[in-house]
Amino acid sequence: MYMLKYILKRIGLMLMTFSIIIVTCFVLIKLLPIPLGEGLGVDKQLIEMKLRERGYYDPIPVQLWNYVVRIVTEGDFGIGTTMPGYINQPIWDGFVSRLPPTILINVYSSLIGVPIGLGLGILAALKKNKWQDQVISTGVIVMISIPSIVFAFLIQYVLCFKLGWFPLRMESGTDYFSWEMFKSMLPAVFSLCFGSIAGYARYTRAELTEVLTGEFMLLARTKGLTRGQATIRHALRNAMVPIFPMILGEFVSVLSGSMIIENIFDIPGVGGLYLKSITVLDYDFFMLLSGFYTLVGLAAGIIIDISYGIIDPRIRMGAK
Amino acid sequence: MSELKNMDIMNIPKEKFKFSSGDISHDKKFETKPRTYFQDAMSRFCKNKGAIVGAIVILFLFLYAAFGSLLTPYAVSYNDTYFIHTLPKCEWFANTNFWDGCEDKSLNKETFDYYYYIGEESGHNAIKNQKYTQSGKLYNVRWDSYHSTGCIYKKVEAAEYENIQKYQNETGIQVIYPTVAKRNRPASIYVGQNMIANYWYKTEAKNGRLQIVYDENGDIIPVYKSHEEGKKSNDNYNSIRIEGDGENGMVYEYALPIDTGYEIRVNYYEYYIYYHSYVLKDGIEKPSFLFGTTNGGQDIFTCMASGAFFSFAFAIAVAVVNLTVGAIYGAIEGYYGGKLDLAMERFSEILGSIPTVIVITLLRLHMGNSGPIVILFVAFFATGWIGMAASTRMQFYRFKNQEYVLAARTLGAKDRRIIWKHVFPNALGTLVTKCALIIPSMIYSEVNLSYLGIISLTSGDLTSVGTILANGQGLLRLGIPHVAMFPAVFLALLLLSFNLFGNGLRDAFNPSLRGSED
Repeated sequence: MYMLKYILKRIGLMLMTFSIIIVTCFVLIKLLPIPLGEGLGVDKQLIEMKLRERGYYDPIPVQLWNYVVRIVTEGDFGIGTTMPGYINQPIWDGFVSRLPPTILINVYSSLIGVPIGLGLGILAALKKNKWQDQVISTGVIVMISIPSIVFAFLIQYVLCFKLGWFPLRMESGTDYFSWEMFKSMLPAVFSLCFGSIAGYARYTRAELTEVLTGEFMLLARTKGLTRGQATIRHALRNAMVPIFPMILGEFVSVLSGSMIIENIFDIPGVGGLYLKSITVLDYDFFMLLSGFYTLVGLAAGIIIDISYGIIDPRIRMGAK
Repeated sequence: MSELKNMDIMNIPKEKFKFSSGDISHDKKFETKPRTYFQDAMSRFCKNKGAIVGAIVILFLFLYAAFGSLLTPYAVSYNDTYFIHTLPKCEWFANTNFWDGCEDKSLNKETFDYYYYIGEESGHNAIKNQKYTQSGKLYNVRWDSYHSTGCIYKKVEAAEYENIQKYQNETGIQVIYPTVAKRNRPASIYVGQNMIANYWYKTEAKNGRLQIVYDENGDIIPVYKSHEEGKKSNDNYNSIRIEGDGENGMVYEYALPIDTGYEIRVNYYEYYIYYHSYVLKDGIEKPSFLFGTTNGGQDIFTCMASGAFFSFAFAIAVAVVNLTVGAIYGAIEGYYGGKLDLAMERFSEILGSIPTVIVITLLRLHMGNSGPIVILFVAFFATGWIGMAASTRMQFYRFKNQEYVLAARTLGAKDRRIIWKHVFPNALGTLVTKCALIIPSMIYSEVNLSYLGIISLTSGDLTSVGTILANGQGLLRLGIPHVAMFPAVFLALLLLSFNLFGNGLRDAFNPSLRGSED
């Protein structure tokens, strides 16, 4: 009951923050003139007529109302005005078609990153101050500091160009689960997962070393558990309390993807769409994607906080 | 005790008291020197090897950023249309096989011949020392990116033609080479427009490919435009002639007269030297690029130094402003607490939830005329101070109820005095650390944004490391890694050393936080 109230409160606050940001964004965008582009079989007059019909030249409060009503009742986020390929088309479809590559790449990167990261972190914690720990810790600092753009360049040049193991660009098409497609996604996945491996490893090591010195660990050993048993059954479980929310939060926030990686490997994802919407000044796309990025960021924060309370009932979030 | 119990303590008889002998044992004076908090932190910092290395590397990178562009004669606005993605070359290593502007290549016969005869004609060897080994059908050579352009056809006015001849006479260096009649030049469908000028020997198109015609000895046949000795030519050439000119009674012609002057065939390497040292006099003695050039022909060493200097200066400026504003905001929040804190916290939370790219885009759309630096500054400030405010607030919550603050308050100190004299100095260590960690992240964001093209800092004498990265990324796929490599290494070194340095600072100021997160 208490938890429910807390969750509702957090979601309410999040929606408030979200609305304030989006309304501000909307007003700022609507203050600008709408650029019109021409596409195949579509000319400027036609788009302008269509926009006028949709009330894009009305006063801003009226437009805002219409915008919200259309989204709620019809799921209509607007039409493309200058985005190549989407002129005079509903933008929601364009957005949805760009989601799978972004999500897949990030899911793959988490699937690789979480086990390796946790494994390295556990190893480092168990071998604290031995050579294994020193090697891992040094590696972690290096990997955390070096940005993914550098790894991406290195991977693209060495693995894709010199050794020719992977294609230079992601395969086109929508057959996302074919082997060829998977293979062409791997360079991007690798570039992304270096950073997250290091992040997980560092966090796990820090948490686990703290838990391992706890008194209950001594008790567990005293009652006859082997070191392995005590570590797996007691230490790891407790260490997971802060680690799991982090994984969850990371998982949600990666949905927004990495514009840089998408740019380097030509991935037809959301990031590319966002960049394009800025360059061609397609404001309906910009609004939708801004909303998406903001929402993902906010949701990740909430999910981290809430999952703390669910995993470990001792933690009562927001309690006085 | 029993004596005391029965005694009326308010009326202790006088004789019960006696003077102390005067040897009250005071606390012993410290024999060691007093050490302040900062001295303490400093000594801890110095023990951290990683942090020291980080600091040295940062200093080194900063020196490069500040003075790097003075070491080369090139300016950021310098560019050249022929020396593009030229390989890095350091004159000290010119005779070695490392950093000499050359690259190991395996060429087929046609390509090999093309480069080989560039060197044969002018002595500017496109193949280093004209040395090669053969393996099967391939020729393994060290290909020199500085001489690979060879000759180009250049249209010049009569005055410049004269000037080049004057330069040749003064220095004794051959710039203009005998020209080739138009009918003897290969068609541009076989070779690139810039490559045509290097065919000074007879070629023919066979089976849709360009092939060299050899004489009976297997040598090439020069096809320089020439006339019989003694006849008058219209090339108006009165300067040094190449070896072999005038043999067999034939004299080479060095120019084709055209409407606007002459079309001459110049060795681009020598022409470049002539043009920069004799015409522009801009201090460039010869083409030699320490880090090579970009696809636009810009000197990477200079551009990166200038971009890095901008990044450093910009990040420090933003960090100082953010630190000031964030510290004041956080101090007010943390010190007064309560409803004010709640309201201010909501405000900064909302502001902080907006992704930076969105802020930048909105600013760019609305302040398009203000120039990218202003926009970037406003954008980084708009969301950057929040982190600083949050950590100041936390420090204030930590310190404001400590006994010494309560004591100060009891003694009547005003809020402002307590904030500045008692709480703030204690929070300063954390804030300095935070600042050291914010600078690299700011540089990284700036590089990212200019890499993605969301903000364009490249104009005139301004450039960004991100722009070079973007330029290099396109070349990476073509197998030319050096343009991307230098900025990538710079970025990696910078972020790594700043992280080490920042972590060292944090451990020094806050020994209790050692090994923990942020």
